[in-house]
Amino acid sequence: MKKTYYIFSVICGLLLTITASAQVPSPAKAQNKGIILKGGEIHDGNGNVFPNATIAFNEGKITFIGNNFSDDSYEVIDISGQKVYPGFVLPTSELGLVEIEAVSASNDNYETGKINPEVRSVIAFNTDSHVIPTVRSNGVLVEQVMPKGGIFSGRSSIVQLDAWNWEDALIKENDGQHLHWPSKYYSHSWTSPEKGLIISKSYHQQVALIEKTLMDAEAYSQGKPTAVPDFPLEAMRGLFSGEEQLFIHVDEAKSIVEAIQLVQKYNIKKVVIVGGADAWLVTDFLKSNNISILMTDVHRLPVREQDDVDLPYKRAKMLQDAGLTIGLTHSSPSNSRNLPFYAGTVVAYGVDKEDALKMITSNTAQILGIDDQYGSLQVGKSATLIVSQGDVLDMRTSKIIHAFIDGRQLDLNNKHSMLYKKFKEKYDE
Amino acid sequence: MIKLNTIGVVLFLIYSCFNTYAQETFTINGVRDDRSNYYAITNATVHISPSEKLENATLVIKEGKIISVNKSTSVPKGAAEINAEGKHIYASFIDANSHYGMPGVKKGSFWSWSKPENIGPQNPKAYNANDAIRANNNAAELFKSDSKQAEAMRKIGFGSALTYLPDGVARGTSALVTFGKGRANTIILENQVGAHYAFDKGSSAQMYPVSTMGYVALLRQTYYDAQWYAEGGKEKFTDLTLEAFNATQSYPQFFDTKDIFDLERAAKVAKEFNKRYIYVGNGDEYQDLVTLKQFQPSLIVPISYPQALNVTDPIDAMNAPFSEMKHWELAPSNLAMLEKEGFSFAITASKLPSKSVFLKNLRLAVERGLSEEKALEALTVTPAFYMNASSRLGTLEPGKIANFIITSDNIFSKDGKVLENWVRGHQYIIEKWSNDDLLGNYALKVNNDTFTLKTSGENPSSPKWEVSVNDSTKLESKATFHQGMITLSFASDTTKNARTIRLSGWKDKNGNFSGEGKDTKGEWISWTAVKAVTTNDKVETTKKEKAESANELGEVIYPFSAYGSTRIAQQEDILITNTTVWTNENDGILENTDVLIKEGKIIKIGQGLKANKKTRVIDGKGKHLTAGIIDEHSHIALFSVNDVAVMSSMVRMEDVVNPNDVDIYRQLAGGVTSAQLLHGSANPIGGQSAIIKMKWGHTNPEELLFPNAKPFIKFALGENVKRSSWPMSHRFPQTRMGVEAVYNDGFARAKAYDKAQKEYAGQGPKPRKDLQLEALAQILNDERFISCHSYVQSEINMLMKVAESFDFRVNTFTHILEGYKVADKMKKHGAGASTFSDWWAYKFEVYEAIPQNAALMADQGVTVAINSDDSEMGRRLNQEAAKSVKYANMSEEEALKMVTLNPAKLLRIDDQVGSIKVGKSADVVLWTDHPLSIYAKPDYTMVDGTVYFSLEKDEQLRKEMTVERARLVTKMQEAIKNGAKAKDVAPKINHHMHCDHLHLD
Repeated sequence: MKKTYYIFSVICGLLLTITASAQVPSPAKAQNKGIILKGGEIHDGNGNVFPNATIAFNEGKITFIGNNFSDDSYEVIDISGQKVYPGFVLPTSELGLVEIEAVSASNDNYETGKINPEVRSVIAFNTDSHVIPTVRSNGVLVEQVMPKGGIFSGRSSIVQLDAWNWEDALIKENDGQHLHWPSKYYSHSWTSPEKGLIISKSYHQQVALIEKTLMDAEAYSQGKPTAVPDFPLEAMRGLFSGEEQLFIHVDEAKSIVEAIQLVQKYNIKKVVIVGGADAWLVTDFLKSNNISILMTDVHRLPVREQDDVDLPYKRAKMLQDAGLTIGLTHSSPSNSRNLPFYAGTVVAYGVDKEDALKMITSNTAQILGIDDQYGSLQVGKSATLIVSQGDVLDMRTSKIIHAFIDGRQLDLNNKHSMLYKKFKEKYDE
Repeated sequence: MIKLNTIGVVLFLIYSCFNTYAQETFTINGVRDDRSNYYAITNATVHISPSEKLENATLVIKEGKIISVNKSTSVPKGAAEINAEGKHIYASFIDANSHYGMPGVKKGSFWSWSKPENIGPQNPKAYNANDAIRANNNAAELFKSDSKQAEAMRKIGFGSALTYLPDGVARGTSALVTFGKGRANTIILENQVGAHYAFDKGSSAQMYPVSTMGYVALLRQTYYDAQWYAEGGKEKFTDLTLEAFNATQSYPQFFDTKDIFDLERAAKVAKEFNKRYIYVGNGDEYQDLVTLKQFQPSLIVPISYPQALNVTDPIDAMNAPFSEMKHWELAPSNLAMLEKEGFSFAITASKLPSKSVFLKNLRLAVERGLSEEKALEALTVTPAFYMNASSRLGTLEPGKIANFIITSDNIFSKDGKVLENWVRGHQYIIEKWSNDDLLGNYALKVNNDTFTLKTSGENPSSPKWEVSVNDSTKLESKATFHQGMITLSFASDTTKNARTIRLSGWKDKNGNFSGEGKDTKGEWISWTAVKAVTTNDKVETTKKEKAESANELGEVIYPFSAYGSTRIAQQEDILITNTTVWTNENDGILENTDVLIKEGKIIKIGQGLKANKKTRVIDGKGKHLTAGIIDEHSHIALFSVNDVAVMSSMVRMEDVVNPNDVDIYRQLAGGVTSAQLLHGSANPIGGQSAIIKMKWGHTNPEELLFPNAKPFIKFALGENVKRSSWPMSHRFPQTRMGVEAVYNDGFARAKAYDKAQKEYAGQGPKPRKDLQLEALAQILNDERFISCHSYVQSEINMLMKVAESFDFRVNTFTHILEGYKVADKMKKHGAGASTFSDWWAYKFEVYEAIPQNAALMADQGVTVAINSDDSEMGRRLNQEAAKSVKYANMSEEEALKMVTLNPAKLLRIDDQVGSIKVGKSADVVLWTDHPLSIYAKPDYTMVDGTVYFSLEKDEQLRKEMTVERARLVTKMQEAIKNGAKAKDVAPKINHHMHCDHLHLD
């Protein structure tokens, strides 16, 4: 009784809030006029910097990057002293699936059960989320929206963050499957974390379950279609054909190796490691298997008391030095607007600025397989880019004034800027 | 069936009558056989006391008491002689911390998602208001002997123990018992010996308290209540527990602790109430001897050593915590270090994984430098003294109870086995022994055949036997020797077809054997075995492990954690030259400026400052100097965060400060020099804060406390307080409406309380001291300040109105994510704000949080700080401040103040810290870059002019730690090779506690 009441009250509260505050800004219309951004410093996401340069785009595509471009049909925006970057790509995110973390009714990230390869995140992707515009206005324009529950969690899709509905948002549907590798350790008790972790006895059982699923799925993928498909195994077909990637979420060094070897045994073509906290311990293995890494949460504490205090900050540098391709990701939807500052932190701990930029743009696009259009600024590619007054990797200087997705100029308003305005006006009266 | 039972009872009665004295009151079935057990144990080395030993002495006992110990060889008439030549006799050991014979204590089920909480006590009888106060428990009444447990203790030399029920905070009284057999009447030597305490919930199913600081508060309140009760409170109600509590205060007071900090915590309570506890420690005392020395405790110390860690696989071994590896090595040296520092301690066999390792561990402690005399004292005289039993136990002086052990050799040597354990004059044989020396070579004659019979082994009375022919050809042989009788069989030859010759015989006075046997054909034969005279060439089996020399041991580090150091950082005179100084004062930002630090203070700011030779000069060129970062809202370095009383104002975070938390070091690496360690947000009224300085390396929690800081307290509003995420909860309040009611009730009562206390003029019963209301009264009197966890505007407004109606001000709203909606009201009220920069949407009440909040409040003139509530974000607070520059165009100087000067103001410590100003404490950070930039790192972090962190020092510590780990890994592997058991390691996670964290201990 009490519980029902509680949930009901939360839902009511939610509705009230939504109606009381402003709506999410309308998605921008398709680009119908060429735009020239003139006089800015262009960081193309491939490591190049063009000072005092011009970038032009039309019909959603970049038409020019260089010094002298003029076309009367284009609108010119003077961005002297400002900086241009590719729109950031946020991989493995629940942005749009989670509205308020503690209100379960507002979340669609965890499906029940262990093996759910058939679930598809994109159909739950809420383009009207109030969280998305706050993230977008910090330069994150492309997202891989990912399911999280169980072991085989389901399929992700790649979306752009300014759309009327999920269908319009799609950049790449069903780009990959997400395997959340079990942990070897679990917490003694959530109420007393200081008691430390315990070695999990069920770890090997869960790995066996993964192996059985892979084995069955591989065999299924080679068989003839059945009248009623086995939906979970059907959903894994693309992993064996190479059309879809397998994203393995795993942190522990030996588990990383174990996981990769296991999926290779069943001939899965494309594998990406997500998390990878201890990947720096097995870089030779990762390099020789040509595995890329999406590193979760630069802003973390070291796990072990004796770890280098700055270990989480410098892991990207260690992996990069080992010759691995790295993208950065953020585990909290509402905080994922801080993705560029993850890149800023890795700069403070040794990574070159343009290389750090790659870790949130072109590297990630390449890992996700959307680099033909997104993640870097090149003539012919999508005009998905941002303009900042200053260095966008440093919160001290990051001020994004323009953002474009496929050439469409976004409304950078969001719930926060609107509330800010509302109360500033109240006090200014 | 009935018959069988009857026989059982009869046997039991016979047994008990035979075995006991002084049971004259019991009726027996038969004729009394009360033997006096009069014995003279002769020719032994008798250790009368730890410092006095007699060789070739005779110990005479009768009726369970010691009659005499002397060098006389004559046996008194009427006494039976036991020749213990070559043996040692010690007073048997006494365990001052035992739960022997006590019923099990089942942890109370006070926490469940599926049922509502128990707010009050669950015991319906006239006992205490809190189920964790069990002073009425009496061990003697609960005692039931347990033959298995007793035998295990006798085996390792113990004869008696102080036993009690380990349940709750006040645990009642103990009984002094022996490890003998028989009725409880003869096992219990003394009823109600000591009173026992611990910071522990035990079987209580009542919700409060759940935290260590809650146990402290409960015990303190109980002391006050008991006193009040005795002085007249009894008129109001009857509390049997408080009566028992008062009645037992004159007994020795024992306090069981969980670790060295728990011990120091108990010592604080002892000081407050003028008690002298005897502390049960944990073997980690060596980690903070400096603090321990300050209160010269009486200790009862276990000798439980941690298991080696499985470090064979280098990747898995990464998870081995550095501090655990260090403790593994140093734990056996604990007692030696305690002795060296002159502490009084007893050794207990409690807290061991198995009693069987006791003697091994004891010997290891002796190997590590504990003197044998001190060890013996700690096992006998000291525990007897602690329990006021020195007149009865602890030495072998005449008149004392005949509790002693007979050992084969010095008990501290490897050969010193416990052979017999005598309890109240009763003999318990642990290992059969005799004076027989069977070792040697024998000429074995069987009929006309001659063989050689050889014996070998360590024990002369039960050697290994072997028959050979022609002096060297070994024949397969088997022998048993028992009570002078031998059974010997051996193969006739070495071929496959050999048959067995079987002999039975006996030993004569000269040590030779003779007897009868059967030959291979089954015919009877006679045999003799005559001992060769010239033997006795005992081959010393020198398997002795390589003794570990003292210099192979690592040093103790401070604090006992990774990044601890053998030397605590020292204050220095420091001149920082030619740097950019963010003064946070009217001077603003000064370029190319020098700052001179002396005796922990900033003494000069200017250009071209001169330093003397002693002064350390740090080149600040290209760098930025700021005041140290202050985190208004932190939960690092705490053992607990939340308790659960609706008004938890009696609990104090300073009781649970953990100076070993590596997060202190990590905060220093992020430029943090001070933080307010807050209680969690589980209750409308939370506990009292601890404001600390990040003095890494100081092991005494008290030394971390910010000097002369004003007292603060946590309040909380909203979802956590309503227990929104716990649908089964029925605790009041469940709504924000109820929260207001709690405050009105609390403050109204506090006001009346304060008045009653102040107006009391010695007439009539003194008003009861109430720690809960006292803290609230301090708020009313502007002596304590609120930091209130808050989110939505309605509740913020409400608390301000409540405060105004009681004529005080809310000092700080912390988190305050909707503060921007009522910033004008906050300004008017006089409240400050301490907020997150950009967190939102993690729960419903933060769905309207905005990153411009800080700036909007600041614009209205509110003093605004940015806090972390997160040990990771805490080390990047400068970056969090910069977000107000990004989102709301705040000036950089004002932004930096939000993590330095403004939190100092909110915490009322801005007279000491928060800006770079002559006279203020040198709590400063030298940054590698612009202090609001993500690219900036602290190069130096200083507290009171002491460099607790620098990039250079950090690198050195890492190197040292790597070397030390490598050494310990090698040593552990060596130990494992030598048979030590190893356990697999899992990573130890740190206390990453948040406001919402319910720490149920």
